[in-house]
Amino acid sequence: MPEKIVPKKTPMREQPAKERVKNFNEVPYGYSPEEAIAEAKRCLQCKRAPCIAGCPVEIDIPGFIKFIAEGDFKSAIKRLKEKNVLPAVCGRVCPQESQCEQVCTLSKKFEPVAIGRLERFAADYEASQGEAPLPEKPKPTGKKVAVIGSGPGGLTVAGDLIQLGHSVTIFEALHKPGGVLVYGIPEFRLPKAIVYREVDYLIRCGVKLLLNFIVGKTATIDQLLKDFDAVYIGTGAGLPWFMNIPGENLNGVYSANEYLTRSNLMKAYLFPEYDTPIVRGKRVAVVGGGNVAMDCARTALRLGADEVHIVYRRSKQEMPARAEEIHHAEEEGVIFDWLTLPIKYIGDDNGWVKEMECIKMQLGEPDASGRRKPVPIEGSNFISSVDTVICAIGQSPNPLIPQTTPDLKVAKWGNIEVDKATMKTSKPRCWAGGDVVRGGATVILAMGDARIAARSMDEFLRTGVW
Amino acid sequence: MVKILKKEQLVPNIHFMVLASDVIHLNAKAGEFVVVRADEAGERIPLNLVDWDEKSASVVFMEVGTSTRKLGSVKEGEYIADLAGPLGRPTEIVSEKKIMCIGGCYGIGAILPVIKAYRAHKNKVITVIEARSSFLLYWQNLLKKYSDEFYEITRDGTKGFAGHIDNFLNAYLTKNSVDLVYAQGCTYLTYLVSQTTKSYGIKTIVGLNPIMIDATGMCGVCRVIINGETKFACVDGPEFDGHQVDWQNLLTRRHIYIDEERRSLSFYECEKYG
Repeated sequence: MPEKIVPKKTPMREQPAKERVKNFNEVPYGYSPEEAIAEAKRCLQCKRAPCIAGCPVEIDIPGFIKFIAEGDFKSAIKRLKEKNVLPAVCGRVCPQESQCEQVCTLSKKFEPVAIGRLERFAADYEASQGEAPLPEKPKPTGKKVAVIGSGPGGLTVAGDLIQLGHSVTIFEALHKPGGVLVYGIPEFRLPKAIVYREVDYLIRCGVKLLLNFIVGKTATIDQLLKDFDAVYIGTGAGLPWFMNIPGENLNGVYSANEYLTRSNLMKAYLFPEYDTPIVRGKRVAVVGGGNVAMDCARTALRLGADEVHIVYRRSKQEMPARAEEIHHAEEEGVIFDWLTLPIKYIGDDNGWVKEMECIKMQLGEPDASGRRKPVPIEGSNFISSVDTVICAIGQSPNPLIPQTTPDLKVAKWGNIEVDKATMKTSKPRCWAGGDVVRGGATVILAMGDARIAARSMDEFLRTGVW
Repeated sequence: MVKILKKEQLVPNIHFMVLASDVIHLNAKAGEFVVVRADEAGERIPLNLVDWDEKSASVVFMEVGTSTRKLGSVKEGEYIADLAGPLGRPTEIVSEKKIMCIGGCYGIGAILPVIKAYRAHKNKVITVIEARSSFLLYWQNLLKKYSDEFYEITRDGTKGFAGHIDNFLNAYLTKNSVDLVYAQGCTYLTYLVSQTTKSYGIKTIVGLNPIMIDATGMCGVCRVIINGETKFACVDGPEFDGHQVDWQNLLTRRHIYIDEERRSLSFYECEKYG
């Protein structure tokens, strides 16, 4: 146990806000070895380790942190990778403040241990040492698994099952692997090279990756089941929602998915070197209060907007975005219009959005989500001028697979129904997890689902019992 | 990487391209499309699927902007970055009807699998292809093979019927009846066809070509207004009832990036040709 507890996390250096809004480089720099060791020494090494239970993939958190404190970074990453195939990703995008760090014993009196930053440090340290060593090759079982989608869930299932000796093929609809990690999360929050490194590691482990293969169209699940013993569906929540208010089809009105896909996957921020364009609006309104909304707002700033507003119908307390994302957005100059709901977009003569009409809201009684329900204040309508609107109010699962798989049970909004203990779907030999089951959730929850599914799939593949 | 097995310039600026693929044929149907990307910096663009077999998928496209210009410059035996598909909903195939299939520009190629499918279902197929001038018409013999009647239209009168599609339709429909009209080609053509057939009360299916990115329903850029309701052309279409399309919105949305497209093309040409 440390002699004297340092009350605050070791700060992580980052690009100053004024600088970083002009580029797409990653915002925080990560810890140096000295900073990482200092932070790791804050860990009390609790026997009960509540942080492990707080982690959806049950990383041995005190274990890997102890290695960092001792300067044994190689052992730290090895310990992390026993439970997490994507530590460099999770160290950056996991909401640690509502998971492992929230239950950290230190957090009762002080700031919790910066578990996420340490995870990131260990993963980045490994990357800096060249190609990651491969684990010992397991004995092949002769069983074949198809993983649909190469997002965080798909990569986790693939990583787990290849280590258990099964043959794994990932089917990805887009031309790059990584799913939401690549099309959704911006470069300044998660450099794509990190994702590709993790995918490359899996390929070196023997995972096959088929890009440009749209399951549901190129081949159906039933067609896959002729060649594969088991299928994991991790196709995410790719169907963007709109509000169905007047003017949403005007030019300059985007779904968050489109805006982010253009910028991230297609690299429109490098236009014209890359061919895909994006509207570089000067007055941008982003509708919504989640991490996706923050990503859109911060992207718009980097694309040269003079003014970016987050328009959110509840107040700051109810915002689902991570505190760190809101903080970064505020620092960069994003303006927050709380308790505001767009009701109409108004176009110019050429069909471009020029104004939006909003109404002010107040908080009423708690709703089903436990959050206080926003209620419009009559007569509070106002109009503001905008040239770009990005609708980041959520998304539901892509319907291509359910449409072509009639015996796959789906609930309202198209979410695939599963048995939570195994992630088995209603269709034999098919498992599902992540956003396609949950609707819009997080990277780590998708990975947690994938871990549960992988266990159940392995059991099935070994026993043949569904 | 996807190998170009065959490439042929059919008429100025319009190319036929056979791409290597051993999966597109698994589920491909008439009326569907594929997405291609010319190179690592390229856009994802949708192209109508015109033919396929166990080893290939074929498209017909017109050079317009940077992406199609890049595709146009790839030679037989060379490679493009990506090919994905089939995508979209296939053409709804009816049987024992009299169907007029109209193609203009790249749509002359795009109607090939559709007329084949209609014919296979015992429909009577009247094929009509149109262009500005005779030298822009192609695939006459191929299309004739699957057509019960075949017409060519040129606006300058150098071949077949002289005039535009609306003149032809009016001339034809006052004397003959058809059960269904199907049209593929530029937005103006499909618009004009829909406007003309409306007064005759003939159901008209048109292939729309809004901007797309992923083309799997993920981004929503291809949204079109059909009968007052927003639809995603990539997964709900791309074929819709032409009498229900909000044409003004479609045309406006197709022009979102007109300035960027010009800039991109001059950037590409400067880079390529100095």
